[in-house]
Amino acid sequence: MASLAAIFGSGAMTNSIKEIEGMEMIFIIGSNTKESHPVIANRMIKAYRKGAKIIVADPRRVPMVRFAEVFLNLRPGADIALINGLAHVILKEGLDNKEFIADKTEGFEEWKKSVETYTPEYVEKITGVPAVDIIKAARLYGSSRKAGLFYTMGITQHTCGTENVNAVANLVMLTGNIGRESTGVNPLRGQNNVQGASDAACLPNVYPGYQKVDLPEIREKFEKAWGVSLSPRPGLTATEMIPAALEGKIKAMYIMGENPVITDPNTHHTVDALKKLDFLVVQDIFMTETAELADVVLPSTCFAEKNGTFSNTERKVQRVRKAVEPPGDARSDLSIIMEISKRLGYPMNYKSPEDVLVEFGQVWPNLAGITYQRLDKDGIQWPCPDKDHPGTEYLYKEGFPKGKVRFTPAAYTPPAEVASEEYPFVLTTGRNLYQYHSGSMTRRVKAIEAHAGEPYVEISPGDGERLHIKDGEAVKVTSRRGSIKIKARITPKVSMGTVFIPMHYSEAAANVITNDALDAQVKIPEFKVCAVKIEKK
Amino acid sequence: MAFKVTIDGKMAEVPEGTTVLEAARMLNITIPTLCHHPKLTPFGGCRLCIVEIKGIPRPVTSCTTPVNDGMEVTTSTPQIEDLRKTVLELILSDHPNDCMICERAGDCTLQEMAYIYGVRENRFEGERRTYEKKDGNPFIERDMEKCILCGRCVKVCDEVQGVGAIDFAYRGFQSKICPPYEKDLNCEFCGQCVSVCPTGALSGKMWSRLGRQKDVKEVDTTCAYCGTGCNITLHVKGNDVIRVTSKEDTWNEGWLCVKGRFGYQFINSPDRLKKPLIRITPKDQSNPPFTHFAKGGHGGITRSQFKEVSWNEALDHISGRLTEIKAKHGADAIGGLSSARCTNEENYAFQKMIRAAVGANNVDHCARL
Repeated sequence: MASLAAIFGSGAMTNSIKEIEGMEMIFIIGSNTKESHPVIANRMIKAYRKGAKIIVADPRRVPMVRFAEVFLNLRPGADIALINGLAHVILKEGLDNKEFIADKTEGFEEWKKSVETYTPEYVEKITGVPAVDIIKAARLYGSSRKAGLFYTMGITQHTCGTENVNAVANLVMLTGNIGRESTGVNPLRGQNNVQGASDAACLPNVYPGYQKVDLPEIREKFEKAWGVSLSPRPGLTATEMIPAALEGKIKAMYIMGENPVITDPNTHHTVDALKKLDFLVVQDIFMTETAELADVVLPSTCFAEKNGTFSNTERKVQRVRKAVEPPGDARSDLSIIMEISKRLGYPMNYKSPEDVLVEFGQVWPNLAGITYQRLDKDGIQWPCPDKDHPGTEYLYKEGFPKGKVRFTPAAYTPPAEVASEEYPFVLTTGRNLYQYHSGSMTRRVKAIEAHAGEPYVEISPGDGERLHIKDGEAVKVTSRRGSIKIKARITPKVSMGTVFIPMHYSEAAANVITNDALDAQVKIPEFKVCAVKIEKK
Repeated sequence: MAFKVTIDGKMAEVPEGTTVLEAARMLNITIPTLCHHPKLTPFGGCRLCIVEIKGIPRPVTSCTTPVNDGMEVTTSTPQIEDLRKTVLELILSDHPNDCMICERAGDCTLQEMAYIYGVRENRFEGERRTYEKKDGNPFIERDMEKCILCGRCVKVCDEVQGVGAIDFAYRGFQSKICPPYEKDLNCEFCGQCVSVCPTGALSGKMWSRLGRQKDVKEVDTTCAYCGTGCNITLHVKGNDVIRVTSKEDTWNEGWLCVKGRFGYQFINSPDRLKKPLIRITPKDQSNPPFTHFAKGGHGGITRSQFKEVSWNEALDHISGRLTEIKAKHGADAIGGLSSARCTNEENYAFQKMIRAAVGANNVDHCARL
């Protein structure tokens, strides 16, 4: 998201979900929309029924492929080559949006040279996608001027995640498919309020509203607003805090509503790091795998037990309303934070959650016009700078904040780990339709557990036959970091040489084996590619 | 191109392609329907929406008839009402008369029609459809004896969900809606079919017998699973969430996924943390993680590692330890992870606590994971 923000000005979806049905071309890359964002997939299907063409690029035969005009079944980690290949064809066939490039972009000529070598034939060799399909997809996307591009972690969870996003943005700029209704680039956010947690600056380098902590004038603004002196040093990301804990640089952690033992890469490493801390507080609704390692565990409330707001993937702030009382002595996260802060000598005097939103709007103009009263019937999409502003359905209608946007060359680099003789398979991880993230919520729903309660590794029929592995048979999957026992699911959803494990199941936690190698700029781990071997039990 | 139409003496101008039913609804004229759904293609199956159109010698279904310029429509005459009542009686003649124990009672379109038309007796005694087989899936109850073959579930599954898990099978009196080869339902379990069913034929297994309307309060809120942020309605009885639905006029058009519609039972889970806990055994002796979810062992928390304490004790302990560590190692030795599951307000306050009260910028959440 940070990468996209660096290019266009904001890291959020540029369109609204509603606008999807007006798109004439939908390009989905690295997003299993139908399982991870099912109701967004409903809108895509609605567009499809109205005649929209869909391109799906994914290492797995994900459910949206059923609706695809072209399916680009690339190898994991080959996204840049594929996208550059599409750009190459668009340029060669003169489908580029010359007016947009001239008026709104810079760096075009230099970037153009960087994709010269990415001929469909060369890209076929890297990605495994037939050259004819690359050409077909390039013509479809390149000739549309009302196209929406969608991506999720399939693009970002790589050591080259930043370059992947750059490549995506280049393609969008090349065709000018941004800044209009039903036309744009749309990273779909995974969690219900990941947009809001980012906006609120649960990020180590920015204050609320993406205002940089290392700019003195910004820091002064917040020091004044909060009445306290603040640290000028950017902090560590979650993926840096774990190694820092292991090195003894981080001594205490306060974890609210997260379960890094399951969701972080290289689980053994995470557990060792958390055990090494002098002090760990976990505030959650369940005794999670992470809470088991804590010194103090605080019971908090779930979404049905509190008032507040969530911001969804299309920047829409929506109300969360209290429906039931919390169990036992559990307290709302806000009230707990206020108690701790007071004891640390910094009292916060919010009388209700709404007071917090009001303050948020005072330090970040994009929320200034949003009140609970206005949210009563419908959510409002930021930017919403004043009380009469209706909110913003799509971004960049009036151009980009920085005037021109820049093409950034992105060269294909192989993933941090590639298949080898010892570890001949490429493992990619993700979600399935039924379970959610670390499973602390969905695994406590009996019906979901009855239907999808068992971990599995997806293996292609060809590989199954070669290794004499039958559907349902237990196998051992091993990487350089660890090993898990898991049931094989033989399915044509994956191609030969690739296997897939959903991340949700702690009894066969995919992240025991995933690679904790990080993208150098945004520090995202490479969940989507690591090398593994598979043995019969 | 706009067409002029007169319905029950009221004039409207509607775009070409508008159906008589849609035009009537624009004029706030009620025409009863069972199979029609505004978000699905018209079917014309239930015959309740019949109207008279000047110049056409027999009643026509308003949901499938497009408006023509100058059309004059009458939606209610004694003859039409008589036909509608007969259609209803025919449907009800093959419908279990068990509203007292039906999940949909009070929120059932068929029951409402019977109420409006005053149908109580069955004057068409005869053979009844009986289905012994129960669908084994854990989410959706399919009581096919209550099915009126309106086809809404078939359409929503195909047109909206793009799955096509069910369709009409057999003919005439044997007609029924079922998955291929009459096997158990094996689909995405989004429950869109449940949300459009006009009777009690489709309902959620997990909300059976927990409450209908009486003493049930509805609270509109936002789904807590993925970033789509669908608008949902929690149905609450006592202090329990007993059902989740989504209203048709929400931006997500009432559509949900399996997690949003059926994934709410964690709220009332007995595993919920209820008291602050402080560790009493050293960490290296902690049980290794990954033991919780071995089959049948849900929430098997090893309480011996922790003791329950009061809020004051827990909060004082936390602030004491954080203050010590800050004094000894500096504020940068403390880090906080916030949550993309929590609200904007909680996230704002959390980062402010780390920045203003602790004094470090080590604050992040799981955006990268």
